[in-house]
Amino acid sequence: MMSISVMTVIVLVLSFLADRRKTWAGTERGVRLFLGILPTLLTMLILVSVFLYLVPEPVLSGWLGRETGWTGIAVAAGLGSIALIPGFIAFPLGALLVRSGVSWQAMAVFITTLMMVGILTLPLEARYFGWRVSLLRNFLSLCGAIVIGLLMGVFL
Amino acid sequence: MRKGEAVFLKKYLAPLLFAGFLLVSRLGPIPAGIAMGNIFFRFLRDMVLFLPLLFLLIGLFDVWVPRAKIERHIGAGAGWPGMIWVILMATLQGGPLYASFPIAALLWKKGCSARNIFVYLGAFSALKIPMLAFEIGFLGLKFSLLRTAFSLPVFIFIGFLLAGWVRNRGFSVNESP
Repeated sequence: MMSISVMTVIVLVLSFLADRRKTWAGTERGVRLFLGILPTLLTMLILVSVFLYLVPEPVLSGWLGRETGWTGIAVAAGLGSIALIPGFIAFPLGALLVRSGVSWQAMAVFITTLMMVGILTLPLEARYFGWRVSLLRNFLSLCGAIVIGLLMGVFL
Repeated sequence: MRKGEAVFLKKYLAPLLFAGFLLVSRLGPIPAGIAMGNIFFRFLRDMVLFLPLLFLLIGLFDVWVPRAKIERHIGAGAGWPGMIWVILMATLQGGPLYASFPIAALLWKKGCSARNIFVYLGAFSALKIPMLAFEIGFLGLKFSLLRTAFSLPVFIFIGFLLAGWVRNRGFSVNESP
């Protein structure tokens, strides 16, 4: 977090020296994006807070913790494939989950399936590419996402 | 009630209700509400406070990277250079996966190959350069680099597999679904 702050300040100063108007436009855009996502983010934090109160850490790590192995991976992949969560929300959510007892591996599988597989958007996808191609693409992406998550788990 | 207020209320309905609930819990006191509030404020302090910085980075990135220039190169070639351009373009765009479908249809119209269309979808879903700062901020540099390094070959491979599968199957992208 510290490095991000330092980086932002450096980028901001460089940008300001290079072009004042562009920097102002970029800042404005950033603020507008932040205000746009803020209500969703707060709502997510509230839901997670309530969820973590109802499902304490030991229970959650029982589902998705380090000791759960393939069941945990399957649960994470299933949740990730179905959920429709934008990255702005998914990354903080991932960080919350890891802190609350979810293993890095399960969280990685959750994030990768979330990004690459979209079961709820399948009907929409099929209208562009046809059902067979869309189903195949999602299936391959699911396998790929699980492989990526598992590999990451080895290193994390 | 004016329109602006109504929109604000609708957007912040859950946070406002939660704030009310926390207030009542303090006064009550309701232990469950106080416990939830403690969890919430711990997360809020750790995550939301440095968020504006990340969004500042994303905003500046948006202004400085000439997206239009890159998009002009698409369709220039269906081979490897074309693939690099679609990956570059996809990683610079934001939004959920379904936002990429109409763009894929546009690429198809411009003569992009089936393989590059699928690689585009993969890159769009898995890699986002503006989001990288975000990912690093929350999940760490190691996590983000590992995910990027493993995702790139995987979605290119999936692109090849899908392109091989649709060959001789009369594949086309529907431009007006």
